[in-house]
Amino acid sequence: MNIHEYQGKALLRSYGVPVPRGDVAFTPEEAETVARSLGGDLYVVKAQIHAGGRGKAGGVKLAKSPEEVRALASQMIGQTLVTHQTGPSGKIVRRVLIEEGTAIAKEFYIGLVVDRVSGRVVMMASSEGGVEIEEVAKTSPEKIVKVTIDPVLGLMPYQARQLAFAIGIPAHLVSQAVRFMLGLYQVFVEKDASVAEINPLVLTTDDRIVALDAKFNFDHNALFRHPDLMELRDLDEEDPKETEASKYDLSYIALDGNIGCMVNGAGLAMATMDIIKFYGGEPANFLDVGGGASREKVTAAFKIILADEKVEGIFVNIFGGIMRCDVIAEGIIAAARDVGIDRPLVVRLEGTNVELGKKLLDASGLDIVSADSMADGAEKIVSLVRERRGQK
Amino acid sequence: MSILVGRHTRVLVQGITGDAGRFHTEQMLEYGTNIVAGVTPGKGGTTVAGVPVFNTVSEAVDATGANASVIYVPPAFAADAVMEAVDAGLELVVTITEGIPVLDMVKVKRAMEGTKTRLIGPNCPGVITPGESKIGIMPGYIHKPGKVGIVSRSGTLTYEAVHQLTTRGIGQSTAVGIGGDPVKGMEFIDVLELFEADPDTEAVVLIGEIGGTAEEAAAAWIEAHMTKPVVAFIGGQTAPPGKRMGHAGAIISGGQGTAKEKMARLEAAGIPVAKSPAEIGETLVKTLREKGLLERVLS
Repeated sequence: MNIHEYQGKALLRSYGVPVPRGDVAFTPEEAETVARSLGGDLYVVKAQIHAGGRGKAGGVKLAKSPEEVRALASQMIGQTLVTHQTGPSGKIVRRVLIEEGTAIAKEFYIGLVVDRVSGRVVMMASSEGGVEIEEVAKTSPEKIVKVTIDPVLGLMPYQARQLAFAIGIPAHLVSQAVRFMLGLYQVFVEKDASVAEINPLVLTTDDRIVALDAKFNFDHNALFRHPDLMELRDLDEEDPKETEASKYDLSYIALDGNIGCMVNGAGLAMATMDIIKFYGGEPANFLDVGGGASREKVTAAFKIILADEKVEGIFVNIFGGIMRCDVIAEGIIAAARDVGIDRPLVVRLEGTNVELGKKLLDASGLDIVSADSMADGAEKIVSLVRERRGQK
Repeated sequence: MSILVGRHTRVLVQGITGDAGRFHTEQMLEYGTNIVAGVTPGKGGTTVAGVPVFNTVSEAVDATGANASVIYVPPAFAADAVMEAVDAGLELVVTITEGIPVLDMVKVKRAMEGTKTRLIGPNCPGVITPGESKIGIMPGYIHKPGKVGIVSRSGTLTYEAVHQLTTRGIGQSTAVGIGGDPVKGMEFIDVLELFEADPDTEAVVLIGEIGGTAEEAAAAWIEAHMTKPVVAFIGGQTAPPGKRMGHAGAIISGGQGTAKEKMARLEAAGIPVAKSPAEIGETLVKTLREKGLLERVLS
């Protein structure tokens, strides 16, 4: 789960990690009020969306007065921001962060990730702050230094010092930087983050170390023990179909194509997208109904796919293990009765109770094309969608 | 004629009284798995499907001589369950549970260093030696005893691959689902080492997916150490970057972990990669035929 920059900064602040003073605003008036309460003669107005690359896209602006803050906020709020991470359709800005201006002497990068190879948390730091770390990794990997953290010990001060010296933090500020890193690590482990990035971490002209940006991603699996984080979820940042799916504990991801997929198991669901593409089609979604899905869950999944207007045909690909084919069949039939199926539907069933499932579908009288294998099913749905297009 | 599990495996089920634990205990018993004990704290002294239930793992091990455990405990308590099994000295722990916090697994992995226990999973279908022992949730009937090893990050896609093999008359020595989480027990290489050493495994099917670099590492290891033929498939060729495709570990991040890179690395190591998931079986058949090994795996 992602959160907004201002939420990430509030979290850091609560752990004593220095961030610029500031607050969120939902309207231009609130933005002006925040600026007045901050005082000073330089402000930053930052669009709050769950995507990077805001600066280049015009989502970060400087202002010299509370009035100017208000004017900039009114331009930003309601605007669609297109960055290299939002995709071409962009994201609507609904909140802005108003901060005091920071006089920057130098920019750095600090990040934390769970490293799969070592099975441990790794802290990364770089002297190249303010640019994409992936870019740095590609062009000058030697400028990224890393330490691997033992979960029993946590991040040790010596490791933080190693990083601080390696990226060129001035000696008299190293202990400040170490405190920053230890605080960041504490947030990371106590809140079950999966990614934390401070880019840039800045050294100010008055010798302070401050997080100018804060990007957090939290482990979905650990949210059950962080009710405070759940409250930070912003449904406006999610695809409404994905939000609906999450209510039923379905794993759903919207894609750009026109063939809806319903599959059990993440691996098979990915492979089903692949095989649709292989036969020249484009998948409209990733959807894993999971292992032990109930009839209700299958019905909900089916309705979510049908609600997508882009979907011109549906491919159901089930290899029943725990998931019984008769349950899938019942779910499809129930959904069809409720909302009607007005688009081609190809169903491939295999595995537990396959005969029973096929019998149920046959007896339902629904217009279903059955497939013997996943290749057969993918080929059929791609050609049915093509035919339907031809008729239109 | 197998790795990890076989007739010798005496299985203990942690979380045996829950819905999933109970259902799969029955399924495993029906397949012929030697299940000797169950554990649910507070339910000691009862039985499930004729299997005696104990309050703690160590008690169950003392009483029954169990040497492997399978875990169906809910995610919030699963890391504790794994450590209880490790502490009791079990040789193999198979964790089916999906949704364990990653940082819990980081601690578990650290705590398991230096112990003799092998961990499979979490978030995996389990491990099966067809005809001998099924530990997990896979449908037993699609498997067939034989000589091809399978190692996979996926569940249902593994069933798909097994099915393609079985319907072509190719049996399996052991099929291992290592699971879809980013931090887990056995990795591809750990399983490949066992298959390479197993005299009754003639070839291996490796099923990977987007995210991480485990497939690239496996390719390098196969190139350097493996004498047996390996064919592969990588799921998620059409997956968009930055989105978690169901499995916690299946995400392309920072331009890393794409299917394209993984396929290229495997092919560069001389490992044939099926272009479509429907061609896993055919790719194996073709590869073995070219090497004159097909007859040895048909049964």
